[in-house]
Amino acid sequence: MLEVKNLHARIEEKEILKGLNIKVNKGEVHAIMGPNGTGKSTFASILAGKDGYEITEGEMLFEGQEISEMDPSERAHLGMFLAFQYPVEIPGVSTTNFMKAAINEKRKAHGQAPIEAKAFLEMMKEKSKIVELNKEFLTRSINEGFSGGEKKRNEIFQMAMLEPKLCVLDETDSGLDIDALRIVANGVNSLRNSENAFLVITHYQRLLDYIVPDFVHIMYDGKIVKTGDKSLALELEKKGYDWVKSELAQG
Amino acid sequence: MENQSEDILLVKTSETEYKYGFTTDVEQEYAEIGLSEDIVRFISAKKNEPEWMLEWRLKAYQQWLKMAEPDWAKLGFPKIDFQSIIYYAATKKKPKLNSLDEVDPEIRKTWDKLGISAMEQNKLGNVAMDFVMDSESVFTSFKEELNKKGIIFCSISEAIQEHGDLVKQYIGSVVPPRDNFYSALNSAVFSDGSFVYIPKGVRCPMELSTYFRINAENTGQFERTLIIADDDSYVSYLEGCTAPQRDENQLHAAVVELVAHDRAEIKYSTVQNWYPGDENGKGGVYNFVTKRGICQGYKSKISWTQVETGSAITWKYPSCILKGDYSIGEFYSVAVTNNYQQADTGTKMVHIGKNTRSRIVSKGISAGKSQNAYRGLVQIQPNADNSYNFSQCDSMLMGGECGAHTFPYIEIKNQTGKVEHEASTSKIGEDQLFYCNQRGIGAEEAVHLIVNGFCKEVFKELPMEFAVEAQKLLEITLENSVG
Ligand SMILES: Nc1ncnc2c1ncn2[C@@H]1O[C@H](COP(=O)(O)OP(=O)(O)OP(=O)(O)O)[C@@H](O)[C@H]1O
Ligand SMILES: [Mg+2]
Repeated sequence: MLEVKNLHARIEEKEILKGLNIKVNKGEVHAIMGPNGTGKSTFASILAGKDGYEITEGEMLFEGQEISEMDPSERAHLGMFLAFQYPVEIPGVSTTNFMKAAINEKRKAHGQAPIEAKAFLEMMKEKSKIVELNKEFLTRSINEGFSGGEKKRNEIFQMAMLEPKLCVLDETDSGLDIDALRIVANGVNSLRNSENAFLVITHYQRLLDYIVPDFVHIMYDGKIVKTGDKSLALELEKKGYDWVKSELAQG
Repeated sequence: MENQSEDILLVKTSETEYKYGFTTDVEQEYAEIGLSEDIVRFISAKKNEPEWMLEWRLKAYQQWLKMAEPDWAKLGFPKIDFQSIIYYAATKKKPKLNSLDEVDPEIRKTWDKLGISAMEQNKLGNVAMDFVMDSESVFTSFKEELNKKGIIFCSISEAIQEHGDLVKQYIGSVVPPRDNFYSALNSAVFSDGSFVYIPKGVRCPMELSTYFRINAENTGQFERTLIIADDDSYVSYLEGCTAPQRDENQLHAAVVELVAHDRAEIKYSTVQNWYPGDENGKGGVYNFVTKRGICQGYKSKISWTQVETGSAITWKYPSCILKGDYSIGEFYSVAVTNNYQQADTGTKMVHIGKNTRSRIVSKGISAGKSQNAYRGLVQIQPNADNSYNFSQCDSMLMGGECGAHTFPYIEIKNQTGKVEHEASTSKIGEDQLFYCNQRGIGAEEAVHLIVNGFCKEVFKELPMEFAVEAQKLLEITLENSVG
């Protein structure tokens, strides 16, 4: 589904990604872990097509198509979704209106008519249950005055609404209390199927107790330096990153 | 790819075309160019006015001669030559119209282009409309239905003829001719406008609406509107404005006066879309308007809602004098400027009565090379015990070449008064745009969403149909095909 080869990217002359490789097949869950500032969020932003980065080398293929020249909205229409580490507030725009616009733009891109009001409302109702999101949140301005945990739940709700193929979750677990963590993880698990894939960026093994990954990657200094199964996360938890760094130094 | 979304905004905002920029081809009658006592007499005579009205005009003219143009606003424009303007233009005299069928076909075509014939065809049902082109009121609809309730809704010229006592009693009572340079000018030469009187205890069953249009060349439009809501009455009034696209500047100097008696409520909404000039700042309407309402009575209420997208220059401060105890004044405003437009707009809330309240919500959006200023005065006078004002002024900038300015003036002369002011300035966020884009919402639609969200508090004050129209206008003003 996703294949990234030798990706190099920089921002304002500073090289941040330095030869990143990753391959994600449908049906898989990949976790990316790594110290602060190693480029995890940068990678997620570049995948989604945020402005301001310069790709100097490498390839980014989504279902066999090179995506690096595509607009973020085109990538979204292809089925890419990014749950943001810091979701932004849009005053005066309700989650309902926002979702309606998003769904209809996607439908338009696929040559479909706008969604019918009734179907849309039913969908909202059904999907909001997945993350136990109260109805009241759907009419409030998107993310405005939401708590950290509420914002993250709203991200997963949107993901459920848009039914993407590739879901990138950037530290969706950060700042969640234990109940919210379970709710979010259950939400993600309920969306898993053999046709989609997840890329989960996290610092904590405990999320991976709930969302069990097929692969765990360690990112360090702009590239993936180690890949293993879920036991790698446990090992990291015990030993910390110094272990990886010293291995790298020796290697 | 850097700053791509900002570039899109810049392109969009500068390529916008003004779709109301056509002219109507009807035979017109003009006054001689320039202003003199003779011209004032000419206008008054054309309108067959009673002696008192002429006297009133002449007095205003004398006052105007002694006054100077205000220069305190944050506006820059070449000095206006008041002798190069035509002060009266009207469609050649026609018999009084009794039904829509008698309207000049050219004017009806204009209505079609403006999209307002739909209202006349009753599709919107609940709107009575007066159409003023250049200096003359062309047609007022639903008159009979309103008459049954004792409501008077007609052109001001007709009111001067047929309801002289009411006009005489109220004209200039809220905005005296000497109030300012433009109000004095308007008082001397006003040509037409609307008059509304709602009798005691009557709720006006429909929106009253006037559509103003400047058509003739080199012509100033000086309309005068007077709305009186007697005890326990209610009225919602809307004005819409457009003008043809012309290279030279056109002057528009209107006066609007509102009077609300005991427990009466007046809602006054404006969607102003005068021609703003082209993307190089050539042409466009100079809009110098004095709008003021007095909450004369106990528990009376006046609320101004304006969506300003047009004009090269806007100088406009709809105000409320809160004289009656427990009276309420409100001001909701969206002002959008792009290209070389300049707006200096805001409100004045003057608290005189006890327990008076006012609320100001101002949203300024600047794009292109435009300048957008909010200027507001909140004054709590010595006897206005327990008065309260809340003001919120938010500005949004698109691109780096425009400006937003806020000038709040607060004068509190009563210890029990309370004034709260909030202000913010934001750039339309790259992060907000990216968030929308990532969800599949393209740049253009994302801008609509964000801007509409920003203006939501104001839009929700407008009658439904006009809120939709205002949203569309905003979209037209702020975008065109991407890239
Ligand atoms: N706009 C920018 N200008 C300059 N440097 C930037 C910019 N954005 C990110 N960086 C730098 O890029 C590096 C990678 O940042 P990124 O946010 O991708 O890290 P991360 O792995 O997600 O970290 P964390 O675990 O803290 O979320 C950091 O050193 C950061 O300071
Ligand atoms: Mg990060």
